[in-house]
Amino acid sequence: MWIYEKKLQYPVKVSTCNPMLAKYLIEQYGGADGELSAALRYLNQRYSIPDRVIGLLTDIGTEEFAHLEMIATMVYKLTKDATAEEMEKAGLGAHYANHDNALFYHNAAGAPWTATYIQAKGDPIADLYEDIAAEEKARATYQWIIDMSDDPDLNDGLKFLREREVVHSQRFREAVEMLKEERDRQKIF
Amino acid sequence: MHMKEFTQRKYYRPYVSPFDPCPPIRVKSYETPPELYLGYQPYNLPQYPPQQALYAGTLWPALFSPYNGRYWGREES
Repeated sequence: MWIYEKKLQYPVKVSTCNPMLAKYLIEQYGGADGELSAALRYLNQRYSIPDRVIGLLTDIGTEEFAHLEMIATMVYKLTKDATAEEMEKAGLGAHYANHDNALFYHNAAGAPWTATYIQAKGDPIADLYEDIAAEEKARATYQWIIDMSDDPDLNDGLKFLREREVVHSQRFREAVEMLKEERDRQKIF
Repeated sequence: MHMKEFTQRKYYRPYVSPFDPCPPIRVKSYETPPELYLGYQPYNLPQYPPQQALYAGTLWPALFSPYNGRYWGREES
């Protein structure tokens, strides 16, 4: 069960009207390495992972939803007052035809989100390595988006999100170390 | 440095609810193969003879990871 707090994890401010950036930012919303994929990946893997790391997956998976909400806010602010013509000019004509100015879970190229973006192998090492890789890929995606954005207020939020990927990767790496430890070596056999 | 300072399989006891519908597996296992521990492979590690290496799939005992099926122990011994 979750408790909802009606505020963002980190404030989102967008100071320039730039629907084009929304087209790229949507990658972190419904893309393979985006926040939706991350949240669903961790919250699903946690059932079949050793008890010691369930809490970590729960916490990080929950935080990913908080990030998803920040991305949604950014995308919404970037496009909310864009006319059909402005949407077209920003390369969002196909999006407008299908969704108006609504958000949708797809990547920057318009491909809808799919469960094939996430994995659950059941092997704890394989799953945690997948999670580490996913965090590094999300970090890289944030870098490429920051490279294309010249809005310092928006970038402030993106830099916060990039840093969280770094911390999550570190925590998953620590989880691997925990699973490598020899515990109860002679206790069970 | 001794070779067998780690095990290739770990065990844990998952939480068991009094309301679980199926008979509980009290001890579960997962594999921790040698590449997790080796780091950058040192030079001059011992090698298998060629014939045995072909069977094992590796030249080096340090990288050999036998797998003969999952541990299915339902109850603790």
